[in-house]
Amino acid sequence: MGPSPHIRTSETVDKVMRDVIIALVPALLMAIYVFKLKAVIVTAVSVIFCMLTELVFNKIRNKDCTLHDGSAIITGLLFAFVIPVDMPIQFVIIGAIVSIALGKMLFGGLGQNIFNPALVGRAFIQASWPVAITTFSLDGMAGPTMLDAMKRSLPLGDVLIGKGNIYIQSLIGNMGGCLGETSALALLIGGLYLIYKKQIDWKMPTIIIATVFVCTYLLGAENPLAQILSGGLLLGAFFMATDMVTSPVTPKGKIIFALGIGFLISVIRMKGGYPEGTAFSILIMNGVTPLINRYTTPKKFGEVKASGK
Amino acid sequence: MKFFGFKGGVHPPDNKAQTAKLVTEDMVSPKMVYVPMQQHIGAPLDPIVKIGERVLKGQKIADSKAFMSTTIHAPVSGVVKKIEKRVFPLMGQANTVVIENDGKDEWCELEKIENWKEASTEELLKLIREKGIVGIGGASFPTHIKLNPPKDCKIDTLLLNGAECEPYLNSDNRLMLEDPKAIVEGIKIIKKILGIDSAIIGIEENKPEAIASMKKVCEGTGIEVLPLHTKYPQGGEKQLIKAALNREVPSGKLPAAVGVVVQNTGTAAAIYRGIVLGQPLIEKIVTVSGKAIKEPKNLRVVIGTPFSELLEKCGVDREKVDKLVMGGPMMGMAQFTEDVPVIKGTGGLLALTDEETNYCKPQACISCGKCVDVCPMNLVPFMYGRLAIKEEWDNMGQYNLMDCIECGSCAYICPANRPLTEAIKIGKAKLRSMKK
Repeated sequence: MGPSPHIRTSETVDKVMRDVIIALVPALLMAIYVFKLKAVIVTAVSVIFCMLTELVFNKIRNKDCTLHDGSAIITGLLFAFVIPVDMPIQFVIIGAIVSIALGKMLFGGLGQNIFNPALVGRAFIQASWPVAITTFSLDGMAGPTMLDAMKRSLPLGDVLIGKGNIYIQSLIGNMGGCLGETSALALLIGGLYLIYKKQIDWKMPTIIIATVFVCTYLLGAENPLAQILSGGLLLGAFFMATDMVTSPVTPKGKIIFALGIGFLISVIRMKGGYPEGTAFSILIMNGVTPLINRYTTPKKFGEVKASGK
Repeated sequence: MKFFGFKGGVHPPDNKAQTAKLVTEDMVSPKMVYVPMQQHIGAPLDPIVKIGERVLKGQKIADSKAFMSTTIHAPVSGVVKKIEKRVFPLMGQANTVVIENDGKDEWCELEKIENWKEASTEELLKLIREKGIVGIGGASFPTHIKLNPPKDCKIDTLLLNGAECEPYLNSDNRLMLEDPKAIVEGIKIIKKILGIDSAIIGIEENKPEAIASMKKVCEGTGIEVLPLHTKYPQGGEKQLIKAALNREVPSGKLPAAVGVVVQNTGTAAAIYRGIVLGQPLIEKIVTVSGKAIKEPKNLRVVIGTPFSELLEKCGVDREKVDKLVMGGPMMGMAQFTEDVPVIKGTGGLLALTDEETNYCKPQACISCGKCVDVCPMNLVPFMYGRLAIKEEWDNMGQYNLMDCIECGSCAYICPANRPLTEAIKIGKAKLRSMKK
């Protein structure tokens, strides 16, 4: 019984989330290739504590277990991806717990949260332990990242980047930075998979990346291409800005949202105090999403002059 | 002819192959026929026969003085056994005339206008009403009212809906293959009634044989055949007008506001049979399909035949039936019993298995926006789901709820299986009651 329609697509929320997890695998593999066992440990700890936190919340509130939908795994992966691989493990645990607790469950769980949970966790750690989240290393050497170097006009050759062509190294991910953010190629592959699976629209990441390219150039970046290939831009553009829950629903709203993120990233990177700006830009635009949704409601069919022609 | 298309829509698996090539079989009329007095949009009818009275096939057995009404006729010859409230396929109960079939198929004398070209519009419209003709597509709007648009609207085009965009169904498709001439003759009559020249038949591309068949009979008549993309709800009246003519029916207005009258191809054939042959609307082509049906068929059955007889005829595995649906799977009505009859709005009877219905437990809305992307009316269905839970009916209205055509595309596509059409239907009912 029940109202029409009596058939439905085979798509489920679980399947949507599964696709996102699959899309994150290349970045994880590249992280393991560059950062070895440390990457595995950080990721595993983050995912496990995200899942545990959700489990505890569901138990306390007497709700059905929601772990099967996979969204906690995604938050765990994403949180691990936006922190340095050398972060002390207790901060990883705190961040993972905060991501799910403060970022998601306190709002009412999946679908109710306003901000991207993994970024809430990151923002919390950044505010509480700013040094821990900005200490990057590669092959045991600590130093500034490429973005940092560009910001401070340091010679790029002296920064945390594997020997060779800087573009090739940033494509592979052989450079210092947050765990899952370094390999542009892996993120691109994952992003294209999501586009192919129709889980995200190609427009949003494209607009964000293009906006950053253009705006950083206009704001005086010497190498806008390096701006795109380094830092959290690609991870943010493909996997966090496109988070369905926290991004606008309307076609027009999605474009405004993407433009806003790209613009904010460029301003923070070029004019602000941080070398990186992706996380805060996305969080800020997350906060505006309900407003964007409201003011970009599409014009309904039939909203035409009486002649209709 | 140019095809314009419309925004949104979904592509459910069409499941038409099971019955697309099957010639319509005549089904023997059952021993008992159950004729509900409520088979069209508008006022229910009053029976004009008495218990114990013998009726002839095609004899008028119900009428009403209400404006929004038509007539109902005896589908077989026999004796009126009972007049009582019975369950019928459109929710709840309806007054029903039960006729015991005497098997003689004796027709009553049939009023007709063979040389309809000489007749006046009034005469034709009156006869269409007398023949009980309603829109065949499923909504069952009285045809004589639809063919009499407001005088201040200048009609220039007749658009025939042969899209049959609902999955599984092939009743219109078979009619276009088996009796295309009746459709064309019907179109000529409608053109005369409306006093216009231009007529277009829209047919989805997944019915190439129907397109060829209609093209052949339309040659030299000036009636155009327009292939439409296969996409649901291509047959929605407003979508069809947009796709074929690139005209947008203003919100809250009828197609007449943009100079168009839309009729189903089956309705055109019914008009021809009613006017020229004098036959009232007493039979339907019904596609019986679904994975729980052993031998899917297209059947020509008289109105009042219980669904159980159709299911027996085609063989049904009752264990496997998850849902029994009258009509298509997108907009049809779920039935809780087989003990209800075929009515004028019945175009299909589907016995769907759970593999086909693909039900999943509703999950949290993740704001994926797929419902917004597919909405052919450019609405924001996820908001209706959220507002209905909070009982903010007024707010639902602010989001143009009343413009929803209830095509179900949003609920179909929702990965979280949110009950969006349910929210919409309840919201509309609440808003209507608030206005009163």
